[in-house]
Amino acid sequence: MNAPVWVQLVYLAAAVCFILALKGLSSPRHARTGNLVGAVGAVIAIVVVFFYAPIDHLVPILVAIVIGALGGLVGARRVQMTQMPQLVALFNGVGGGAAALVALLELSSLGDASEPAFTLAATAFTILVGAVSFAGSMVTFAKLQELMTTRPVLFPGLPVVFGLVLAAALAAAVLTVTSSAISVAVVLAVLGLLFGILLVLPVGGADVPIVISLLNAFTGLTVAAGGYVLGNTLLLVAGTLVGASGTFLTKLMAAAMGRSVLNILFGAFKGGSTLGGGTASDRPVRSGSPEDVAILLGYAQKVIVVPGYGLAVAQAQHTLRELVDVLGARGVQVDYAIHPVAGRMPGHMNVLLAEAQVPYEQLREMDDINGEFKQTDVALVVGANDVVNPAAQTTPGAPIYGMPILHADEAQQVVFLKRSMRPGFAGIDNELLFDPKTTLLFGDAKESLGKVLNAVKSL
Amino acid sequence: MSEPVVWLTIFILSIFVGVEVISKVSSTLHTPLMSGANAIHGIILLGAILVAGEATNTVELVVALIAVVLAAVNMVGGFVVTDRMLQMFTRKRRPTGEGSGR
Repeated sequence: MNAPVWVQLVYLAAAVCFILALKGLSSPRHARTGNLVGAVGAVIAIVVVFFYAPIDHLVPILVAIVIGALGGLVGARRVQMTQMPQLVALFNGVGGGAAALVALLELSSLGDASEPAFTLAATAFTILVGAVSFAGSMVTFAKLQELMTTRPVLFPGLPVVFGLVLAAALAAAVLTVTSSAISVAVVLAVLGLLFGILLVLPVGGADVPIVISLLNAFTGLTVAAGGYVLGNTLLLVAGTLVGASGTFLTKLMAAAMGRSVLNILFGAFKGGSTLGGGTASDRPVRSGSPEDVAILLGYAQKVIVVPGYGLAVAQAQHTLRELVDVLGARGVQVDYAIHPVAGRMPGHMNVLLAEAQVPYEQLREMDDINGEFKQTDVALVVGANDVVNPAAQTTPGAPIYGMPILHADEAQQVVFLKRSMRPGFAGIDNELLFDPKTTLLFGDAKESLGKVLNAVKSL
Repeated sequence: MSEPVVWLTIFILSIFVGVEVISKVSSTLHTPLMSGANAIHGIILLGAILVAGEATNTVELVVALIAVVLAAVNMVGGFVVTDRMLQMFTRKRRPTGEGSGR
């Protein structure tokens, strides 16, 4: 199984390429080059396999690669930037699934040879976690694509079922190690799938960004363990890099939301989310015309824009940038305040605004800008809701309680551009909408922004 | 080479490299970071090819080929979509005011 020295050296080079790919992301200017380096490393590593390993069934394998590559290519080219989280979840899931299948096959070819227990343990780990990652990612995909409800799915006895499945899965893992029987391993894989589904079902829509990141780390660790099973150093290094960075990123994101990872995964078990009414409220609000909003904005000194997912759905990024340009020309100081989980995955809003050619220097992070809302004349909230919801700080028991928010409520005036009174992704009401200093402009974000833009121009 | 201690060494050192490299990435690029890391674990394609090449019966071969397809989707799709995103960050800034119809 051990590869010749020259192949090991090629693997080493490929591993360095991967590290450079991640390192390149430290600066937006060099990131693209880094990613290309990583891709080149991957391609070389794959090509080399065919020159040293005894590969039967060459034609079907090549056909399978072409099919998969074309599928990935088309998906990657066609996807809207708004759908990026779904795509990442999907790609992550298939990677985890592939790793689980590889480990299953490796186990069946090991037979009952005297494999060290540690190798078998790594095999069981790969099968279990790969299956969890696959099923979890598919549920995440379904939630983000809104093929199913985005709210936490709970049923009586869920914690018990969850515990039983977990216990059964661990037992099956131990049995797999002691018996190395393929039938047990298949049961293990099925339990892994079940566990993955149960793990993600209770997670509310607002917490999905964290889950994507966590499952990404899972798949990384799966691939690392698979590398050990196959005796392949490149898989070990690449998988570990992803596993470590994914875990780190997950913790970073959880901290940005003021939650622990455990609380995000299992918070719904405690049944605390009583605010999830989810229906549009009929309490009175103050709505304004585009002209009213234009006057507020046009004669302001300082405006902070809080963009949210609704902006992206309406494809209104370009109109928003135009409006900001016009306001800038009138001497209004305008900044964008980006919540760490604006959009539906970490950094999603940055990608969406970059698509609209907003220079990334204008995008201000939450901690950086939060102190400035007090001196701000107008906070313009476009298609965002949960990230400015004061309930996150004032209402213990709310699904988003503890999440740091952008303090739009501290601005002199608040303007919401909204489609309707429907609650945000977290499914809860926002008190700020009913505040006397708040003006609402209903309608599609792009149309509304277009009207406001014209009104500002004719001031 | 297959001594567990050597593997453990590689594993632990890789963890440190992974964390070290990631901690310098600004939150602006967290989405490309996730999709780029995603693409990297698509290297499981290598393992899928190896097991497919050793398949001894039809069931094994079919399962292995499924793994190859899934892994190829992961790897190729991951790198391409990351490139698409990063392209938007590296693009030269357009001259101000152009086309904004002021």
